[in-house]
Amino acid sequence: MSQKPEKLIDKKGLRLDGRKPDELRSIKIDVGVLSNADGSAYIEQGKNKILAAVFGPKELHPKHLALPDRMVLRGRYHMAPFSVQERKSPAPSRREIELSKVIREALEPSIFLEYYPRTGIDVFVEVLQADGSTRCASITAASLAIADAGIPMRDLVVACSAGKIEDTIVLDLMDTEDKMGTADVPVALMPNLNAITLLQMDGTLTLEEFENAVNLALEGCKKIYALQKEVLRGKYVSAKEVEE
Amino acid sequence: MSSMITRVKQKQIAQLIAKGKRLDGRGLTDYREIKVEQGIIERAEGSARVLLGRTEVMVGTKIETGQPFSDTPNEGVLTVNAELVPLASSTFEAGPPDENSIELARIVDRGIRESKAINLEKLCIEPGKKVFVVFVDVYVLNHDGNLIDASALAAMAALLNTKMPNYEIEEGEVKIKSGYTPLPIRRHPITVTFAKINDKLVVDSWLEEEHIMDARLTMAIDDDGDICAIQKGGSGYFTPKQVLEAAKIAIEKADEIRKKLEW
Repeated sequence: MSQKPEKLIDKKGLRLDGRKPDELRSIKIDVGVLSNADGSAYIEQGKNKILAAVFGPKELHPKHLALPDRMVLRGRYHMAPFSVQERKSPAPSRREIELSKVIREALEPSIFLEYYPRTGIDVFVEVLQADGSTRCASITAASLAIADAGIPMRDLVVACSAGKIEDTIVLDLMDTEDKMGTADVPVALMPNLNAITLLQMDGTLTLEEFENAVNLALEGCKKIYALQKEVLRGKYVSAKEVEE
Repeated sequence: MSSMITRVKQKQIAQLIAKGKRLDGRGLTDYREIKVEQGIIERAEGSARVLLGRTEVMVGTKIETGQPFSDTPNEGVLTVNAELVPLASSTFEAGPPDENSIELARIVDRGIRESKAINLEKLCIEPGKKVFVVFVDVYVLNHDGNLIDASALAAMAALLNTKMPNYEIEEGEVKIKSGYTPLPIRRHPITVTFAKINDKLVVDSWLEEEHIMDARLTMAIDDDGDICAIQKGGSGYFTPKQVLEAAKIAIEKADEIRKKLEW
């Protein structure tokens, strides 16, 4: 185990990795990274490394799960055994089952599910390396993978966390800050619709602190959203060049 | 799935809510009648039954000795599990916990854990080796909506009713002595769950309201009126304004319930 740091914020007001309270970690996103999937995306956010893949719309198995009026979205969030300090058993934990559910529910409002009755799509998220706020980075990547699969969407979903460490409200918590901090608030947003599709919180915040944390997370979401769009546009611009 | 009559009823529920009314006569932020009974299962170290209208949840606690987690060697262990047993609803099936029961258990757990309701340090027997493990088992007996709030209330009521065995250490072995002491409880988190129906926030939804809700939002509030856990569920969304409105209502409602229960 790495040693626990004494302070999460130094005298200059900087965090363990030198960030200011309202600063995101460096983010790198790619789309269309897996050839077998209908849509895919890869995200690196700080030390997080996460792959998302989408298969579908396709016939649903088992068939009795199919719905007559819309497509069924299934989601799986899974962590690789080597993604964390102590090996994680590959069997789905209760945490992973809960996260699969909330991630699915965060993505559902963005998709025109009614366009594809009786079908299903599977969204698979594999966390290859985890460093805090993985559910947020997973949503950001999964939404891009859905867009990459060409599925009609109301908006992209983007997610970012905010929290409280040593009396300061900060953006985009990394693992140590999540574990040692006072609170963690992951938020997912459809920016064009101003719609929050995931909201959770661990830890204790006053009403005022909560309001500040949500607003900071929403600001973070909007920054990542710009990047999401740029990456998606970039892929199709370059695809066009190849065709010509 | 839903018969003609319930479709008509669902439409009526939604239309009433748009006008700020509810089919059962409650206001949008009114709870159903809450009844709490404690100490109903003698074999359990603590127990409680909560009735929230027709929703009925029983919680039993058991205490055993076990190993602490490696990152908290000086603290006892809290484990929350929820069972949606088939006798509670025609929609529940027997079998291993599904995502709904896991989510329910984890929301109840989060409220208790994050508010630091139990003084877990007092449950340490021998640092890094032996601690008391508190098992909180949530048993849903009748499902008529808002299982989260009913379960969280029942869990707290059962913990407040829980007695820890007295013990002494003899030659490195834990010897259970006669008599009991109450579990060290220092906080009383209360969860308040909202359903979003027709773009309105509704507190303590009953089953038929849950059938038509777009999304769900749960907030756990501690004794100081601070927020200590949140969970959004369902495939709809909330606007940032609705989230803050919900937080304010949740703080008021939690205070109201805590006063009523004298916690």
